[in-house]
Parts: sequence; C-alpha cells; structure tokens
Amino acid sequence: PEEDEDLSDSEDSVYSGLEDSGSDSEEDEEDGFFNVPGDVFHAVLNHYSGFCWVFLPTRLPRFFSKDMLMCPFLVLQDIRNTVGNIPMEWYRDFPHIGYDLDGKKIYKPIRNKDELDDFLDKMENPDYWRTVHDNQTGSVIVLSDEQVELVNRLQRGQFGDINFNEYQPSVEYFSSDVMIHPVTNRPEDKRSFIPSLVEKEKVSKLVHAIKMGWIKPRRVEDNSRGTFYDLWASEDSSILSKHRMHLPAPKIPLPGHNESYNPPPEYLFTDEERALWEQQDPSDRKLPYVPMKFSSLRQVPAFPRFIHERFERCLDLYLCPRQRKMRVNVNPEDLIPKLPKPKDLQPFPTVQSLVYRGHSSLIRSISVSPSGQWLASGSDDGTVRIWEVCSSRCMKTIQVGGAVKTVTWNPNPAVCLLAVALNSVVLILSPALADRQVVSSSERLLLGDQEAEAAEDTGAVWSEAEGEELNQGIRLKVHHPKAVHQVVWHAKGDYLASVMPDNSSHLQVLIHQLSRRRSQNPFRRNKGLVQCVSFHPVRPYFFVATQRSVRIYNLVKQEMTKKLQANSKWISSMAFYPVCGSVSLTVLIVLITCHLICRHHKKAVRGVAYHRVYPLFASASDDGSVIVCHGTVYNDLLQNPLIVPVKVLRGHVMTHDLGVLDVTFHPTQPWVFSSGADNTIRLFT
Amino acid sequence: MGGLQKKKFERGSATNYITRNKARKKLQLSLPDFRRLCILKGIYPHEPKHKKKVNKGSTAQRTFYMLKDIRFLMHEPIVGKFRDYKVFVRKLKKAYGKTEWSAVERLRENKPTYKLDHIIKERYPAFIDALRDIDDALCMCFLFSTFARTGKCHVQTIQLCRRLTVEWMNFVIASRGLRKVFLSIKGIYYQAEVMGQLITWLVPYQFAHDHPTDVDYRVMATFTELYTTLLGFVNFRLYHSLNLLYPPKLDGKAMSELKEEDEDDYAMNSECYLEKLSALSASLSRVVSATEEEDAELDQFPVEGMEAREREQKQQEAQKKLFEGLKFYLNREVPRESLAFVIRCFGGEVSWDKSVCIGSKYEVTDETITHHIVDRPNVDKQYINRYYIQPQWVYDCVNAKIRLPVEDYFLGVTLPPHLSPFVEEKEGDYVPPEKLKIMALQRGEKPANEQEEDEEEEEDDDEDDEEEEEEEEDDGGNDEEEETEEQNLKTMQEQSSQGKSLQVKVTPGKVTVENKARLEQEEKAEEKRLAIMMMKRKEKYLFDKIMFGKKRKIREANKLAAKRKAHDDAEKSKKKKARK
Repeated sequence: PEEDEDLSDSEDSVYSGLEDSGSDSEEDEEDGFFNVPGDVFHAVLNHYSGFCWVFLPTRLPRFFSKDMLMCPFLVLQDIRNTVGNIPMEWYRDFPHIGYDLDGKKIYKPIRNKDELDDFLDKMENPDYWRTVHDNQTGSVIVLSDEQVELVNRLQRGQFGDINFNEYQPSVEYFSSDVMIHPVTNRPEDKRSFIPSLVEKEKVSKLVHAIKMGWIKPRRVEDNSRGTFYDLWASEDSSILSKHRMHLPAPKIPLPGHNESYNPPPEYLFTDEERALWEQQDPSDRKLPYVPMKFSSLRQVPAFPRFIHERFERCLDLYLCPRQRKMRVNVNPEDLIPKLPKPKDLQPFPTVQSLVYRGHSSLIRSISVSPSGQWLASGSDDGTVRIWEVCSSRCMKTIQVGGAVKTVTWNPNPAVCLLAVALNSVVLILSPALADRQVVSSSERLLLGDQEAEAAEDTGAVWSEAEGEELNQGIRLKVHHPKAVHQVVWHAKGDYLASVMPDNSSHLQVLIHQLSRRRSQNPFRRNKGLVQCVSFHPVRPYFFVATQRSVRIYNLVKQEMTKKLQANSKWISSMAFYPVCGSVSLTVLIVLITCHLICRHHKKAVRGVAYHRVYPLFASASDDGSVIVCHGTVYNDLLQNPLIVPVKVLRGHVMTHDLGVLDVTFHPTQPWVFSSGADNTIRLFT
Repeated sequence: MGGLQKKKFERGSATNYITRNKARKKLQLSLPDFRRLCILKGIYPHEPKHKKKVNKGSTAQRTFYMLKDIRFLMHEPIVGKFRDYKVFVRKLKKAYGKTEWSAVERLRENKPTYKLDHIIKERYPAFIDALRDIDDALCMCFLFSTFARTGKCHVQTIQLCRRLTVEWMNFVIASRGLRKVFLSIKGIYYQAEVMGQLITWLVPYQFAHDHPTDVDYRVMATFTELYTTLLGFVNFRLYHSLNLLYPPKLDGKAMSELKEEDEDDYAMNSECYLEKLSALSASLSRVVSATEEEDAELDQFPVEGMEAREREQKQQEAQKKLFEGLKFYLNREVPRESLAFVIRCFGGEVSWDKSVCIGSKYEVTDETITHHIVDRPNVDKQYINRYYIQPQWVYDCVNAKIRLPVEDYFLGVTLPPHLSPFVEEKEGDYVPPEKLKIMALQRGEKPANEQEEDEEEEEDDDEDDEEEEEEEEDDGGNDEEEETEEQNLKTMQEQSSQGKSLQVKVTPGKVTVENKARLEQEEKAEEKRLAIMMMKRKEKYLFDKIMFGKKRKIREANKLAAKRKAHDDAEKSKKKKARK
C-alpha cells in the first residue's frame, strides 16, 4: 500500500501541471536547489518504513554521473522504457509496461510479488533495504553503496557531488569598484534623461493630498509631555470665582493603632472577634482588615488588597456623588430645655408615705371621697374596700361578687354615695361614713320617686338590694344588658353615665338619673368603640372618647360641639383641668395630656388625673411609674401651656406585665394615690 | 381658569440634572471616553435632593450629573482630541487591513496627543489647591512606581512615576518637612508639612504586586496620567520655592564623590542619574548656592497664644534636627529607601553596603558610625562603639520627636508596640500605656522611671508576699478588737445572769451625715432626667443619638482597657511561672 500511495503522489504532482513545462520547471528548480551541474536526481523519499524508494526518471542516462553509470548492474540491464512520463497504471491491463529503445515490448515480470513474498524478502534478503522497485520497467534495482551514499547526502541537504566545494571564494562581478570597462556596452536609454511621468503623477497626487489636508506633514516630535514649568506663575482670581461650587474630595481617613504592624496587644482580635469578622459581610465590617502583629519589620508581607484599595479610592473620586454635609456639632447639654426648677414648683408629691394593703388581687380603680377623708378601691378579688386616707386603715370591705371595674365617689359633698361597676351591673353603695345628715340625705336621694317605667330601648333594669347586701351598704343595682366598663358621676351627683364598650351596637353609653331611677341612651348611632366618657365639671358638656378621637356633646342643645383627634394610638382615659374657662381651653388640656402620655412613659398609660386645686396632673403607666407634672396654663391662649414634669414616683412592683392601673389626686392636698397590679394602693405626699 | 397648564418636569430640579447616558450622548462620546473625561476634569455625579422629581417620576436607580457640569465639559478641547483619536484608530485599522505600511507609519507619526496642563490649571487655580489635593496623586504615583516594567501599563508611565516620586522625596528631604511616619500592615504612611499643608501618602512595601483581575487598570491609568502631570508641576514649583534646580541636580561635591565609584558596572549612563537621585544620599544643588538657610528675622507681633506657638515652633525645629550628627549604617535586609528617606529628612547621615545600591558614602568599617540598623536576630561581627538597633527605633523616634532610649530596640529584643502617630486622643478616649510612657518621656521625665518600673515589677513578687503578710497582720488587729468586744458582751451576760442591774449606758447616737454634695448631685441628675423628658421629639432623637455615640465610645474604650489588663495579667503570670 505504501508503494501505491507513493506512486499516486508522484503521479499527481505530474498530472497537476502541463506535462512538459511542468517537468522542466521542476528540473530547473532542482537544478537551482541542488546546484548539481548536469545531473539531477529525481527522487521521492519515503521515510515511513525506513527505506527509500528511488524512482528513476525516464531519461535515465542523462541523470547519472559517469561513475554511476559505470556500475555493472545498470550497464547490464539497459532496459529503458520509452513511454515517457505517463501514469503507469495505463498499462495495468496489458502484459507489458512499455517499449524499450528498440521498440520491443517490455513485459511485466511473470509473477507479481504479493505481500508474503515481500515479507519473506524483507526477512531474508540482506539487501532488501537498498532494493528499489522500478515502476517503469517493472524491474528491481539494488542500489550500490555509492548510490546509497548519494541518497543519504541528498537527504541531509548536501550536495550530491562529494568533491563539490560550496564555500569557494566568490568573484564579485558587480562591486562598488569602478572598473575600466563597462559591464555592458549598451548606450543609456532616453528615459534615463527625462523625468518619469509615473513619478510625476505620484508626486502630484501627494501634493494634492497635502494641499487638501489629507496628509499632514510629519509633526515635529513633541517632547513637552514630560517637561514642567511654573504653571501657577500668574494666579488670576477670575478662574477662582468660577469654581466656587467645587467640593474637594474628602481625604482618606488616617490609620489608627490597629493598623500598625506591631500594635499594642489590646488591638489584636480575640478568637471570637476574629470569627465574627470572618462571618460578617465585607460591607458590615468595622475594620476592612484583620489587625496583625509581626515581631520584626522584615516579616511584614505585602498587603494583598493594596491595589484594590487604591482602585476603590479612584472609583470613589469619580463615581461617588458629593454633598456638603453640615456636621451637627451640638453640645447635648444645650438640647435639654431650660425648665423651671421642680423645687420652685412645689408642692407636689415626692415621697411614698403610705401603703394600703388588703386586697388580694390587682386593684383596677380607686377614688377619693370629695371630703378627702375616704378612699374607695375596687379590685379583681370581688371586693370594694374603703380606707381612711390618713391612717391607711381599711374601714369597710364590701363583697360585691365580681371583679370590680370602676369605683367612683359621688362628687357632690352633700351626699355620700359610691358607684361601682362590675360585670354588667352598676351598684350604688352608701357606705355611711359621713355625719348623719349626709348619710340621710344620700338615703333620701336613693329613695327618690320610684318610677318603674323601665326604658324600653335601654334595657337597664333598676332593682333594690336586699338582705345581706343591704347590710353591706349596697342600695341599688342597675342591671345592664352588657358588661359595664366604666361609670362616671355628673358633678351634681344626680346623674351618672356608664360605658359598655361594644363595637357593633349603638347601645354603648347609658346615662342614669339616680333620683328618678331612669336610664336613657343618648346616642342613636354607633360612632366607634367607646373607651370612656366624662361630664364636664361645670358646664353641660359630655365627652365621649373612642379609640382615636374625643367627641364633645352639648347636653343642653343635644348636639355635637366638637370632635378632637388624638395623636396617640389609643385613648384609655381622660381627665380635666379644673380651670373652668372656655371649652377650647379644656380641649387644649385634654390634647396635651394625650400628647405627653405618649412621650414620657415607656409603656401604655393606664390613667391620668388632674388635681382640683393645684396645677398638677399625674399619669400612671404599665411601666410601674407615676409621673407628676406641673402644668401652667397662661391666660392668653397663644402661648403654649408650660408643662414641667416634676417627679417620677416609683413604688409599684410590676406583676403580670402590669404596673400602675389607676391614679387619683387627693381633692385638697397635693397627694396622689395610685393603685397597682401588686395588690397595693400607695399614697405619695 | 387662568393660563396654560404647567407641564411637569419642564422646570425646577428636573432640568438641572442630566443622566449619565444622556450626558454621554450630548457629548458624543463613548462610555470609556466619557469616564476618562470625567476623571480628568474632576466631574462627579450629584445626588439630587428629590430624586423622583429629577427622574421624571420614575424611581429607577440612575446616576445624575449637573447639567452645568456637562455644559462645562462641552467646551473642553480634549473632547476634540478624543474624537481625533477615535478617527485615528479607525484609519489605522483600515491601513492595517489594506496592508498599507507607509500609511500606517504616517498615521503613527501623527498620532493625536493631548496635554493636561490647562486642566490642571483649571482644576487647581491656586497652587495651594493643588497642594491640598496632592495626597491621592502621591499615593498613586508611589504605587505605580513599584509596578513591574512589564504588563499592566506603559513603561514610560512607570518611569515617569518613579522620577516624580524620587523628586518629591528629595524635595521633602531638602525642606526637612517630614513630620510623621507610620509602619502599617498596608505599607508605610508618611506625613509631611509642605507650605503649611499636611500631606499624607502611603507607600507599599517593596514586593512584586499580585495584580488582581477585578481592577480596571484603564481607570487607574487615567488617574495616573492626571496625577503625574499634577505632581510634575507641583514639584517644579516646590523646587523653585526652595531655590533648587529643577529637574533636580545633585550637589557638585556629592556628584564628584559618586563619580569616583565605578558606576559602569552598576547602571547605564542614562539610568544612572535617576538611580543616584533615588539613592537619596546626596543633597541637591541650588540655584543660588546659599551657604546656609538664612531665615529672615520675622517681626514678632504680640498675639494671644504666642508662647504656645513659639514653643511648638521650637519643638518643630528640634524635631528637624533629630538625627543631626548621627551616622547610620543600614544592613542589607532593612528597607533602604524608606529608612534613608526618613533619616535624611531629620539630618542624619546614612550609608549602606555598596552592593545594595549606588550612592553609599561609607563602609561598615567606618569607626564613626553611631547606629547600625539591623533587622535580624544577631550579627556576627559587632563593632563596639555603635548601637545595633532595629529599624522601628528610627520611626518611633520621629513620631515621638525625641531620641528614644535605644535599649528597647536592641537586637533580639521584643519590640515595644509601634503606635500610630495620627491618633490624637481626646478626653475619654482609650490611651494605650505605651503612648503614656512616650508622653512622659516627651515631657522630660526621666526614662529611669521606666527602669525602676521594671525593677518594681520584678520585685512585685516579694512585695506581694509582704503585702499578704501585712494583710494578715491587719486581720490579726481586727480579731483583737472583736475579741475585746466579745469579752465585754460576755461580762455583761455574766452580770445579767447574776441578777445585777446592768450598767445601762445611753451613748449619744451618731448623726448620719447626709452627704450634701451627693444629694445635690442626685437632685441635679433627677432634674436633668425630667428635663430630658420634656424635650421635643426631634431634639430628643438627636440627643439620644449623640448620647448613644458617646456611650459606645466609652464602651469601646473600656473594652480595650479590659483587654489590655487581661493581657498584662496573663503576661505577668507567665513570667512568674517561668521564674518558679
């Protein structure tokens, strides 16, 4: 197969070109290449098997030097094929492969060698490696030593002739030396005397291009980039004014101790700090690097993020928006408002003086009698206790049979009555703790004219207490259709209002008249969940607080006067400033109260109270503290009222996340009572 | 009713800003060119106050530039050069494609270039503005000058950076302006005072850079282009302000000294000069060969705080002559350039081995050498009349402004911590004890104290023992008292049991003295608390923030102090154990 390939190769090359000229040119090239005068060896060398096949061209005699032709093998078999340089496969089907010089057929060898023969030959014949098959004659040629040598030389790229000296001193015929005789005797052409038209054309083109500015003449080498001069020799302020808006970039912050290569030991990370640092997101880290300590300067390595940091700085410089920021350099002390000293605003309660113990559950509500002698408290343990204020003695314990929501003394000093709200009942108690006249007057009030025309729409049922309850002082019961949360007296002491918070019905507030045992529902429509209600101490106004707003109704005209929006989340209680000025003033105070409550306490506010005489108000909250404030209201309404917190009273213990539940002032003294979730009532004086 | 309806986004802030893309289109520049222009001209984006309004109602993230800025850019001649360059590249490509080599060559010769001089002048109309902004330029040039000569940027840029930084260092040496040095883990921070401006720059340690892949070197190169121009002009001006020649020339004397050495085998002639300059060992020649700096006597005006200022000035003068008269020799493992720079800045003489760098002045064998800086555990051959110290000594001395005792910096000794000179502790900040020590030294207290302290520490054990004994004695005393009381009680009991009437005595009770001051304080605190309650919400917020910051600072200081204490205790116990 190798043979065949080689064959086809050689044939292809022959085919490709025109026959004669192709071979001629080939010869010429080889002539030049080998530089063998006379003889050219046309050879294809096969390296695959380590053998070389030499194809002898048709014109054999011309190609070999004389000494080669001397070799006996060639002389003896002077068989030459005359078919010329054609593909030998044309003779495939013939018994001969061409014609010799005499015109006789050259016959193919009788039996072609097959592969086995070839192999045997390869194994046995010592001259196999120098055996060459001549395609044109079909004969086998064994190369002589000289021929092998020649092939080797050609393979190595050497001259075929051993005797040829390739390094002969050359004779320079065309040198710079002017010789006597010219090389040629030819006279000079005319064109060597006249200017060239082609060149002229070219030059004119260039000139035109230069004229048109297409080609610029070579620039003078500009070396001024690296040369510097006094740029600021003349400083004119005109440019300065142009750039007033320029914000210079802030400088890089200077390094601290922890960036040192040998920092004090406290600046190095502990293991936890290091773990934390590694966990954190790179943007969250306080330090962008880990402080490290090296015992000597030679051990300090290169900082791996150096180029990064510089690059980030570059990015900051041209990508970060800049803004002039006024750094607030405020002394925090200056921010604290200058308020009058609490000392100057005395009297106000400052110390806890009495603790009223006795209840076994949290005390929801307390109330001081108008005389200031008695204190009533209602607790979740189902009792109402009445205490003497000065001695903290429990005068009476009234079992009412249910968690008490509200207790209130009748504000009328001429009667001694107590209203208690529990479950869905409002009880009217007559504690009989005053002089006889008062007691009797209050009894008289309770008797009243018993108009038993139960209001059809209110659903409130009046009934008198009997038996044991009567002994305890309970006089009247007003049964409500729903659970009562709060009960409030009118200043005159005849009317009282009760609250039944219910989001879905209009029956939330009831006003009862004690003397006539009558109840009525003042509102036709549901305006939201009612939190608490109260009567104006002097004027015929009625206040209803829903979650976010306070509505004021005129009781005489029976219309809504005003609606106030509070900025707190939840109004839980209301209290009135006792100055009986215009409505607006009152309103103002209510608002302020709400406002303050939001700010001072850390937790929800449970109750607020105004003092009747002194300009004090107190607020109680779930954080277990009562804050007493001094409020000055100026007569001109333009000036904001000045409110000074004067004391934070602490004493109650937090239980069940509840602190102080109710707070009231003593009617005459600057004392404040607070009831808490820790089953105590405390008096601060 | 009246008038036309106002159209939205046609007036007000919407018209004052322009998005980046629009700006780019307006300037007809590609994004890289726009970026380059912004860098060179110092234009930065602005954050509008009402982003939504500016963004025409959209809330998408956009970068906004001031329209004024962009208009200002439109008149920049460099924009034309950018366009020229674009055309040049196109033409060159075409010529390459057509293999018209002559055209390529011609185009190459006419490659458009631009100069940044006018931009520098425009951005820094006064010299002092340029000086104020030189920090980043120095950092960048120092970084680029350490780059390898292959790869990331043009060799010319690197060489220029090197030249400029060397010039800068030589200027600082000549003006003796260096104030602070800090060896950090990132590199070496230097702070110099030049014409009243404090200039800080950071030089990386001499290592080959591991070039990161996520860094855009084109941006850096553009910055460097600007910065080299700036630094060149600044250098020129600074050199002339000191009557020095620019480009710098070495002093004739120094020159001849250097000539003697066989410089042929060191560097080529062209490179040799810069090398000699960068050796930092020779002084520069002046235009006017002034014998000495003649400071004109300044008139004294009586101003408040004059004394303090004078004192400061004196201190500064003293600092400038910190190393005067000292002769240093640098061993080959210490960072030569940094140390030579620092030492020369403070008037010391410095030399090194001949094979380390050109320009060494004297040999190791020189008897007059006072300090030999070594950074290895020990040296084989030691000369008697010189200190062998570690390099940190030099830097610490500079920062402390005095010559610190050399004992702590001898070979093989554990170095004291190197503190940052840039930290100025305010009231309530944590001050490391080393700083306190240095401050004491500065105040002129004897360094002997320290030794004593050491001794004390050493004696601590004994003292501790003694103290313990004393305590025991104290306990004994207490016991005695108790015993006497017990005895009294016993006798009384006995008496009572015997039925005798007790000797009842009424002793006058002690009045519990109420600490008035304390009460007052409490009252004040309460008052303050109440007043804080009454603050307006806005002020309260601010107040809370300030107080939070203050508290955090205190917490951090406390944490550091606690850490230090724990460390010291651990050290002590270790020492004790070792001794036992």
